Amino acid sequence: MRERAEAAAITAGALLAALALFALFLLSNGRDPAAVYAVLWLGGFGAAFSWQATLTQAAPLMLTALCTAIPARAGLLVIGGEGALVAGGVFAVLAGVAAAGMPAALGAVATCVAGAAAGAAWIALAGALKHLRGVNETISTLLLNYMAIAVLNHLVSGPMRDPAVSLKATSWSIPQDTMVGNLPGIGVHWGLAFGVIACLVAFVLLKYTVFGFSIGVLGGNARAAQLVGLPIGRLTLLACALGGGAAGLAGAVEIIAVHGAASSSLAVGFGYGGILVAFLARQNPLAIVFFAVLVGGISASGGLMQRRFDLPDAATQVLQGLIFLCVLASNTLYGRFKCFQDRAVAA
Amino acid sequence: MNPGEIGWWGVLLAVAGGAIRISTPYLFVSLAETLTEKSGRVNLGLEGTLLIGAMSGYGVSFLTGSPWLGVAAAAAAGAAFGLLHAAVCSLPRVNDVAVGIALFIFGTGLAFFLGKRFVEPHAERLPVWALGGWSDVPAIRSALDVSPLFFAGIAVAFALRWALANTRWGLIVRAVGDNAEAARTAGFAVNLTRALATAVGGLFAGVAGAFLSLSYPGTWAEGLSSGQGLMAVTLVIFARWGPLNCFWVSLLFGGAAALGPALQSVGVNSYYYLIGAAPYALTLALLIASSSRRRRLVGAPGELSINR
Repeated sequence: MRERAEAAAITAGALLAALALFALFLLSNGRDPAAVYAVLWLGGFGAAFSWQATLTQAAPLMLTALCTAIPARAGLLVIGGEGALVAGGVFAVLAGVAAAGMPAALGAVATCVAGAAAGAAWIALAGALKHLRGVNETISTLLLNYMAIAVLNHLVSGPMRDPAVSLKATSWSIPQDTMVGNLPGIGVHWGLAFGVIACLVAFVLLKYTVFGFSIGVLGGNARAAQLVGLPIGRLTLLACALGGGAAGLAGAVEIIAVHGAASSSLAVGFGYGGILVAFLARQNPLAIVFFAVLVGGISASGGLMQRRFDLPDAATQVLQGLIFLCVLASNTLYGRFKCFQDRAVAA
Repeated sequence: MNPGEIGWWGVLLAVAGGAIRISTPYLFVSLAETLTEKSGRVNLGLEGTLLIGAMSGYGVSFLTGSPWLGVAAAAAAGAAFGLLHAAVCSLPRVNDVAVGIALFIFGTGLAFFLGKRFVEPHAERLPVWALGGWSDVPAIRSALDVSPLFFAGIAVAFALRWALANTRWGLIVRAVGDNAEAARTAGFAVNLTRALATAVGGLFAGVAGAFLSLSYPGTWAEGLSSGQGLMAVTLVIFARWGPLNCFWVSLLFGGAAALGPALQSVGVNSYYYLIGAAPYALTLALLIASSSRRRRLVGAPGELSINR
């Protein structure tokens, strides 16, 4: 309990510090921070339409954040959410097109399963390289991001290109009836439900199962995990596959709920945003839901800020970067406040 | 330049010329990362530093009319970003790799925020040395229009190699990077050394950015950098933390980056993107071949979090 209060207090402090720094930044650019924050609130959370935009942004962020958060429990720093999302999107299109003619619901399921499987395999590859050859997973997933985007661009501009779309290189479209619509009543697509459910499942998995306990041991002390006979290779692979599967599902959702076809619009930074969300949430899947909404809201308000203040779109990115920096710096504060320490330990 | 006129020789020439042109930012960022990693930290945020450098270089060149002042401004801005990275990382229990990702997001955002007003205007570009004047073939002349920054990069590579190997300062950097505890016991200031190494690294990355905006491609726009800053970490692994190797690796990656467009100009279009991704696949293959579960990569500084 005390631990959780400490995390909440320190993270809140870091967020406030970031907001203060961003206010200073706005002041130095001759803007009124109060007015900008008012619009940021309005654009992200102040009205029904802004909640729709925010949640639409948050849905893929929840899934890509899991791509960093689940392997992080096993002590791995995976930054391959972008690549896994792209791989998931490509395979979702392939499955969706192949499933044309099947019942629509079956097609949608096939699309999602294919996307998740592709993402899982993509990141599991990095896990396998880590376990078998000791290749650093941060570097390999970074490289895999570039390779996935290159393969995407290759496929949509050649082998999978739909010649009917001339404006931008785009793949074949999945059948229209495979597309899923919005969640009833709130005007946000089904990806949001997938994201929330995935985070809940991940939370239970990490907290209440033998697997979750085992990768916690592995992440805490790999040597100890080896000595007590945990199957390190299998755990590493599984943690990576689950994370990659979540990001792959994000790619599939972007296909069946937003784009309907693969194009470079898949690689717009949800993978990198997910890393920010995962670190904000301190790799806790439940907290990911909350922080994905927060980060999604900041992104969603960019358009309104641009229209109201003629602020560049990049303003929201500056704020996100500041938040990321402050949250990372705040890691140094843990254990420094007496009120959050157990009395037995303190005595 | 139109390599189509002289066929496959044109492709070769375009690749060689492209290698020289495109390699310069690779060279500077890989030298930057080499120095930072030699001191025991990883700076994954050089992409942000690169864009900040590109923006400030272009902006200052536009405002003052002097591209060289732009390069100086880019270097200063890059060094400031390096100091920021070092300052956050010097706090206990802060992960340097994650800070790099944060700086990547922050720097990219800041560059496009502050640089929005420079998207339209035309800034004075850096001069090139026309070394191909002896030839009548336009392709050769164009391939040999070399930026002075290319030679500056080579000079920095030699200087860095010499300094790391032969100076007291280089010894301290290597000692801090190989074993911080031992270095601290010996009385060296670990955090200060790393801060300086990261700041000088940031300076190099800033210059790389200025090259992008003021020489080649020589403009300030979104999508200016194609991930050269993010690639720095892998270039350094490829170069085995050797400054002179950085030069060869940069030429290789520059040539690879030029291969796709060169082939396109003679009508080979089908594998444009895959050829562009070849360096990444090559780096991954190299990593797989040279890594081992039992020992670190040869030449890797001992304190490096990314190689444990």
